[in-house]
Amino acid sequence: MKTPFIALTAIALATSASAAGEGPTVDAARVDKTVASSFTNLPEGWDDRLKQDEAQRICSETRNQPSEAQAEKIVEAEKSKVQMPADGKVVGDWKAGEKVAQNGRGFQFSDPAGTEAGGNCYACHQLDPKETSYGTLGPSLKGYGKAFKFSEEAAKATYAKIYDAQAVLACSNMPRFGSNHVLTEKQIKDVTAYLFDPQSPVNK
Amino acid sequence: MRSKAIGVAFLGVAAIALSLGLTGLGSAQDGVNSNSSTSAAEIERYRKMIDDPMANPGFLNVDRGEALWSEARGEKNVSLETCDLGEGPGVLDGAYAKLPRYFKDADQVMDLEQRLLWCMEKIQAFDTKPIRAKPFSGPGRGSDMEDLVAFIANKSSGMKIEAQLAYPKEKELYEIGEALFFRRSAVMDFSCATCHGAANKRIRTTDLPQFDVPNKSAQASMGSWPTYRVSQSATRTMQHRLWDCYRQMRMPAPGYGSEAVTAITLYLNKSAEGGELKVPSIKR
Ligand code: HEC
Ligand code: HEC
Repeated sequence: MKTPFIALTAIALATSASAAGEGPTVDAARVDKTVASSFTNLPEGWDDRLKQDEAQRICSETRNQPSEAQAEKIVEAEKSKVQMPADGKVVGDWKAGEKVAQNGRGFQFSDPAGTEAGGNCYACHQLDPKETSYGTLGPSLKGYGKAFKFSEEAAKATYAKIYDAQAVLACSNMPRFGSNHVLTEKQIKDVTAYLFDPQSPVNK
Repeated sequence: MRSKAIGVAFLGVAAIALSLGLTGLGSAQDGVNSNSSTSAAEIERYRKMIDDPMANPGFLNVDRGEALWSEARGEKNVSLETCDLGEGPGVLDGAYAKLPRYFKDADQVMDLEQRLLWCMEKIQAFDTKPIRAKPFSGPGRGSDMEDLVAFIANKSSGMKIEAQLAYPKEKELYEIGEALFFRRSAVMDFSCATCHGAANKRIRTTDLPQFDVPNKSAQASMGSWPTYRVSQSATRTMQHRLWDCYRQMRMPAPGYGSEAVTAITLYLNKSAEGGELKVPSIKR
């Protein structure tokens, strides 16, 4: 699977480079200038949305194909952000977790203040095999907990994955839900339960 | 005769949109509501309606845009008919197919909407501040820009998209557009490429066009804007589409007629090069 993906990306890069003609691509400062002049209507506290952290910058510049050294650097930095629950329990309430997986609201300029954010897992993943409205940007997670024999260790690794996808895979397209403060500890526990509770429809 | 037929068909579109639960901004794209309760027959009827140009309310915008184009307005009380959209003063045929492009008089690459604002200001001395503040139509509020864009784009219907990259400023803006397409930011780490960087992907049940390489899905997509959005009961332009995608990216709203939107549009046009414009189209 990996080889054709990389080959396709190489073609993509070659095509876009030739479309723009030879010569160096535009420098980052010029792009930042466009961003600064184009997004001037900022709600309070939104300044950070325009800025890039180190992972975002590297993943953008490398088109999500970081070098080995860059990837290691990202994974190390993101690992240090992951906070496991103090009580050691990573499996919460799967029914509440289902709501987190279905909910695509939050953090949009059209959302009323106080909107509870969701994880929108269904936008990218198949989960409950009975739910037909699911996206394909990420792999199917149907039967996920069952495949890991509901092991405590796998559940912990999954909690960490959801908390910060790039602590596992640099430049993953999956959001860093915990590190970026999109989901709370409770929400991440609940959605982990949606994947790991034997009673959850995901495992039926 | 034509307008009566359209009137009846419009009611049909609206009724079906309601029964499909398609009203309400963004609900369909957010994928929060699934339409599993809708019968296949209803969806089929809706599809047929969408394929019938006589049933497309976007042509009302075309008619209004035509009137606006020749109406004397602004402090100078003149029409827009001398506005140069790139093919010469007043030439409309094929102009939209080549926008965005470089304009010497403004020393800037502009998309259609930027260029129209420029012409309104320079030719008509028209106060564009209210438009810039509220460019899109809403309940009970029309949009001159949606009307003008529908009219002018329609004059390129049947023609092929030609991305303009001959001038250095066009090349530079294209490269900025490419960088912006891959630029990850905000709380979800999204870039345009997250959702439009691979073939045959979907968000929920919505198929996503791919834009990072030249391909048919990009051609079909860019060839369909401006479009009448049944879910929004309004004709929408590319400025609105990108405003909506930045909303999904959890970014702030890009300014209307801002450089970022024009840069990305130029980049998208390159991936859609050769695609046939069929506009205004009608879609969910
Ligand atoms: C924008 C799309 C997107 C969203 C939203 C998203 N994911 Fe992912 N997810 C991905 C992608 C792409 C991968 C594969 C790459 C990787 O492993 O990081 C992935 C991988 C995973 C994996 C690892 C699968 C494996 O290979 O074992 C898990 C578990 C997961 N996601 C859970 C979730 C949960 C739970 C949510 C909701 C809170 C979620 N994802 C939301 C895109 C997404
Ligand atoms: C989180 C996912 C997501 C991101 C990120 C995103 N989009 Fe979209 N985009 C969508 C969805 C969903 C649609 C609706 C597709 C439909 O209804 O056919 C869409 C539609 C579009 C369309 C119109 C497609 C058509 O055929 O009507 C264009 C053009 C587009 N996006 C460009 C962009 C650009 C440029 C960016 C970056 C600024 C971007 N998108 C970021 C999800 C996304």
